[in-house]
Amino acid sequence: MCTLEERGNLFLLILTGDNEHRLGPTLVDSIRSALAQVKSQATPGSALITTAHDKFFSNGLDLPWAQAAGSSGFRDRLNHLVNNFKPIIADLLSLPMPTIAAVSGHAAAAGFRLAISHDYVLMKNDRSVLYMSELDIGLTFADYFMAMLKSKISDPAARRDVMLRAKKVKAEEAVRMGIVDSTHDSAESTVEAAVRLAEQLSGRKWNGEVYAEIRKAMHPEVCGLLGLSHRAVVAPWL
Amino acid sequence: MCTLEQRGNLFFLTLTGDNEHRLGPSLFDSIRSALAQVKSQATPGSALITTAQGKFFSNGLDLAWAQAAGSSSFRDRLSHLLDCFKPIVADLLSLPMPTIAAVSGHAAAAGFMLAISHDYVLMKNDRSVLYMSELDIGLTFPDYFMAMMKSKISDPAARRDVMLRAKKVKAEEAVRMGIVDSAHDSAESTVEAAVRLAEQLSGRKWNGEVYAEIRKAMHPEVCGLLGLSHRAVVAPRL
Repeated sequence: MCTLEERGNLFLLILTGDNEHRLGPTLVDSIRSALAQVKSQATPGSALITTAHDKFFSNGLDLPWAQAAGSSGFRDRLNHLVNNFKPIIADLLSLPMPTIAAVSGHAAAAGFRLAISHDYVLMKNDRSVLYMSELDIGLTFADYFMAMLKSKISDPAARRDVMLRAKKVKAEEAVRMGIVDSTHDSAESTVEAAVRLAEQLSGRKWNGEVYAEIRKAMHPEVCGLLGLSHRAVVAPWL
Repeated sequence: MCTLEQRGNLFFLTLTGDNEHRLGPSLFDSIRSALAQVKSQATPGSALITTAQGKFFSNGLDLAWAQAAGSSSFRDRLSHLLDCFKPIVADLLSLPMPTIAAVSGHAAAAGFMLAISHDYVLMKNDRSVLYMSELDIGLTFPDYFMAMMKSKISDPAARRDVMLRAKKVKAEEAVRMGIVDSAHDSAESTVEAAVRLAEQLSGRKWNGEVYAEIRKAMHPEVCGLLGLSHRAVVAPRL
């Protein structure tokens, strides 16, 4: 479901398996454990890189699981998935270190949101797309989804294209829209670039608590909807 | 500490001396007096240009003063400095005339805030940087700093680079990021450009009260945190 590797100061969270890395109860639990472990081992200079193998970064929530309960159970299961996903976003927003998503496959709906819940997004420049599929499927956005998108995509036309046109956005266009930081030619080079960026950020040896509080303060609306507050921190050495 | 000159309609507030123009109790008082004087002499067509001598526009709050009383008093002194800085930002946001910062040296932390509290920012294109040093020092941002940054830097990636990456931004990059209006080759040409801009704005002979109310209404979050409200003004010119 997911594995966690450590390379010096860097944590690599890798989504594994064949199922489009659909965010269902098992994968979500797996990611939460991994993030808890990362948090507990954080030191100044730590950084997280999240990536996935194969054609998909993540194709979103586990809708097939939600549908398996029949049309009467669908809404409940869907709500469960939406609520279950919240703590992952909260964990990422509170993580006491820089976070980088190395996206080398399709990232749709909750998968797209998982990517942009990272501080930096690097993406493979091929047929992979970022895609908010909700409008095409026939679903509105949960409030924290909407808040996250507003926070990360400032251009109104880009937001409209992503949310109200369900546009499938490739890496280079995503950079122009301000959603992705840089594009790379292969899955390997995307991860390598993420590692290089992580090493640069790691070298700053930031206080993780200060880092996380600044990050949360930059996204007050999302944090409010996730029940996360932020506070003033003065690093102990001062 | 600072001088105030008047040339026709234009007021020049200069942070004097070849030092870091650290914002501490005496410089705060000095700036506040100057701004009060500017406000009392305002007429339609007035404009303010703020600049500084030497290698620094301002290197931020006087942290050395904050640390001088020992580590147990540091937080209190830092709070005091942040509280003393608020009225300066409030005075600038309420000033009944256009304001221009001519930045020909480094502007860090509260110094960066001081610059962007002006309506226009012109900057010298050399090794001078705008730098939010807080993350490197180990401090979170006060709420009104965060609100000002959000208000003045709309691109999420630029905000992230400034606040969550503590990037040192030179003039040309600052223009690309939308933080600075224009870059100039020397300290003299930066001030000259500020004077030309001030003269253009001055020629519009705007009603200062209307100008200030519009400005405040454009920054409601910062104003709210500074205790500034805005109101409707009707001052028709026939």
